[in-house]
Amino acid sequence: MEEYAIELENVSKQYDGFLLDKISFKVIKGTVMGFVGQNGSGKTTTIKALLGINKIDEGNIKINGRDILDKELVKGDIGVIFDEIPFQQNLKIYQLQRMLQYFFINWNDEVFLNYIKKFNLPLKKKISELSKGMKMKLQIATCLSHNAKTLIMDEPTTGLDPVVRNEILNEFMDFMLDEDHSILISSHITSDLEKIADSITFIHNGKMLLSDDKNMILENFGIYRCADIKNIPIKEEDIVSIRKNEFGYEVMTRNITSYKSNNIEFDKASLDEIMLFHVKGTASSKEWTL
Amino acid sequence: MKILISNSSKEPIYNQISAQIKDMIIKGELKAGDPLPSMRFLAKELRISVITTKRAYEELERDGFIESYTGRGSFVKEQNQNFLKEAILKDIESALMDACNKAKKGKISYNELEDILKIIYYSEE
Repeated sequence: MEEYAIELENVSKQYDGFLLDKISFKVIKGTVMGFVGQNGSGKTTTIKALLGINKIDEGNIKINGRDILDKELVKGDIGVIFDEIPFQQNLKIYQLQRMLQYFFINWNDEVFLNYIKKFNLPLKKKISELSKGMKMKLQIATCLSHNAKTLIMDEPTTGLDPVVRNEILNEFMDFMLDEDHSILISSHITSDLEKIADSITFIHNGKMLLSDDKNMILENFGIYRCADIKNIPIKEEDIVSIRKNEFGYEVMTRNITSYKSNNIEFDKASLDEIMLFHVKGTASSKEWTL
Repeated sequence: MKILISNSSKEPIYNQISAQIKDMIIKGELKAGDPLPSMRFLAKELRISVITTKRAYEELERDGFIESYTGRGSFVKEQNQNFLKEAILKDIESALMDACNKAKKGKISYNELEDILKIIYYSEE
């Protein structure tokens, strides 16, 4: 029996000019899910719904097996990271620390100070004076200092340099050494996710495109290159979309494993490419240029 | 124990891992009862996802190279010598299959192929 850290079932929310439409996915306990989509696709909206910050119109959300509205849900078990630091910018780090111990039952000063030391964060500086990388490290230090089991993160690595991103990913991998820990991480830096995520959920314009085991996705999708689009050996329903250029075509294909026996050559597709081809193909036409 | 993975290889990462561990067992570098690193630790060190290491270990278990116990971890299984030989023969067979296909494509006769094999086999001594 698989246990789930996060479960969304048909979650919908209507805004002026935007509809989050029946989002459903499950994060298996002990795994990392990458949550991918363009800017404005509904990632942050989904995460806010997940945290109960925004009320949803329809659907169910459970974290660690409990409905988010259930009073028994232990909120301290959830660690949250936003792309912008949510703390009062005038606070100095040590002042923030004093406040946070009242917020979390399981707050651990010692763990926090260890992270501060590890990340080289200045205790006496105001949050507003910290660099973007330091602010993110501070958020990570806080959410790892109250014994959280499930981390929910909105774009934690966006806008950070590769060295800092690497340090941060390391912390996440350390966190995942415990089998009871789980992560939902939204990002458009798919190369990070391609490495550490166990499963991937794509959304676009408020709708789900895909949600599956990462290896399944990477194995099932591939690019078929050809000079002429007529009579290609690929079934219409397996074509995601076709990129056309002056010299030929690239056909993003799903279910490529079913073509293995026919000796058709497919190039590996990256998560970036899979996302791009899904977004570019429209209902009226699967062909696009550039 | 060393495991090297390549992102540019066409071989999926879990295959790369299981193949390298298999090699170590066949060569005797890993012996029966030797513990393997935990899936989570291996994932962390190689910077890959846990399902990938899990899949590699599941394949090794299915093929009879290792045994996994919940809570204790994974260990190299007592290897039957015939079984090891079988694994090596299987590898050789698939490599020779490749060679034969190439020979047929290039219209190389069986005798020529055998000559090449002889040269390669004895040249290393």
